Amino acid sequence: MQERTYDVAVIGGGAAGMAAAVEVRRQGLSCAIVERENQLGGILMQCIHNGFGVQEFKQELSGPEFAEEFMDLVADANTDVFLSTTVDSIEESEHGKELFCSPGTRPAGVFTAGLAQRLVNVEGYIPGKNVVIVGSGDIGLIMARRMTWVGAKVHGVVEIQPYPAGLTRNIVQCLNDFKIPLYLSHVVSRIDGQNRVEKVTVSPLVNGIPDEEQSFEIPCDTLLLSVGLVPENELSENAGVDISPITSGAVVDSTMMTSIPGIFSCGNVLHVHDLADYAAEEARRTGAYAVAWIQNKKPNRQVRIKAGANVRYVSPGMINPESPDKMYLRTLIVKNNAQLVMKVNNTIVKEKKLSHVQPSEMVSVKLTPKDVENWTLEPDSILEVSVQ
Amino acid sequence: MSAAETKEMICISCPIGCRMTVYEENGSIVVKGNKCGRGKVYGEEEYLAPKRMVTCTVATDSEEFPRLPVRTTASIPKETIDELLQELYSMKITLPVKRGSSLIENYHDTGVDIIATMTLPGRA
Repeated sequence: MQERTYDVAVIGGGAAGMAAAVEVRRQGLSCAIVERENQLGGILMQCIHNGFGVQEFKQELSGPEFAEEFMDLVADANTDVFLSTTVDSIEESEHGKELFCSPGTRPAGVFTAGLAQRLVNVEGYIPGKNVVIVGSGDIGLIMARRMTWVGAKVHGVVEIQPYPAGLTRNIVQCLNDFKIPLYLSHVVSRIDGQNRVEKVTVSPLVNGIPDEEQSFEIPCDTLLLSVGLVPENELSENAGVDISPITSGAVVDSTMMTSIPGIFSCGNVLHVHDLADYAAEEARRTGAYAVAWIQNKKPNRQVRIKAGANVRYVSPGMINPESPDKMYLRTLIVKNNAQLVMKVNNTIVKEKKLSHVQPSEMVSVKLTPKDVENWTLEPDSILEVSVQ
Repeated sequence: MSAAETKEMICISCPIGCRMTVYEENGSIVVKGNKCGRGKVYGEEEYLAPKRMVTCTVATDSEEFPRLPVRTTASIPKETIDELLQELYSMKITLPVKRGSSLIENYHDTGVDIIATMTLPGRA
């Protein structure tokens, strides 16, 4: 067993992990990335579609290209990288936190759109010829186009909500371009088949209940599930980190620190991001906060952020009024010309126009020092963020 | 084409997805609702002759890395996509390959190249 000591250990070498590590190194502290796969890049390596890097690199790249740009930064920053190494647990010791790692990868799981993406793009195996997709998450939409382009027939995308779960651009270029029907407010109510899927039954929701009379069947041999990503947090949970029931990620303060001092969270393990660019941006700030914590720079005051009307969650969960920073939120509603309203003690402190909001599109808001200079803070003040 | 046709569209130049209205007026194309210059270009093209980026994979001679991801350097006319895909699927690439290297240069005189989007090593 080897033992190494670093100021900061980054678990996971995807977009967020690499961005966080590069920032820590830029500020002169030692840092290592522990990655369970045999290469850096995480999920980006199977996301061969374009749309990455517009914010970070001012050009439109595919996932692997975005990852390689960051790999170069990681190499330039002289960051130690441990590949094919899985962190089993995080434990407290007299020397600080200890990661217990074991070499090897994890076994494959269930058949999801993400797994199909890996089979087609990385392993070169086409999982079926006649496809129905359950859920309209981005990976499902991207896979609708990908399956069409490898010669399969995609018969439809079935979404339980009355609005799509994925980005609008993906509805346009992955479904509309190929005339793939999107069944909103519909569910797959039945799957039939002997050794292989033979057909599914699709039912419209009427008053929230699948309507049997209006149901129809679609013959198919493959069903891809694209019902949203869930942050992977066994490790943080076992370490005792408080997890939000809404995001399924850690609860973090204004410095992206979890309920356990010295453990920080960012990227898709904190909350699922629309774009790798946003995850990298958030991770860079997190790296800087980890460095500040090590240097004993802690916020004097933090104000809790509350998700108000029509807001599903705001991340992080606190703001430092002396050094306000960016926050991400998701709405519960679909609306054009919406208004973001921030209140402290029921007094409006900031408003922002949002031309269009929908739950699948993350909203980012950055508070400036000017925004907070007139706040009157009581000991129990809360910043409430709502959309109307 | 009738001059009065107005198309509602969603820009796909980036993931923001601006909702735009595009129509013809006095012989020129008017784009409204775009937040940046790329939206104007996309709106005009989508109105007259739609183009798309293509991303896919091609076979390699490696067992460890059987597929090489590739993309077009710019969007290409929609009607040429199927032919390009067939051409790419019939290729077999010998590794190693460096990211950015061209598999096809100036595809059908469009000025668009097809490039590798991942660096893959050769046999060790």
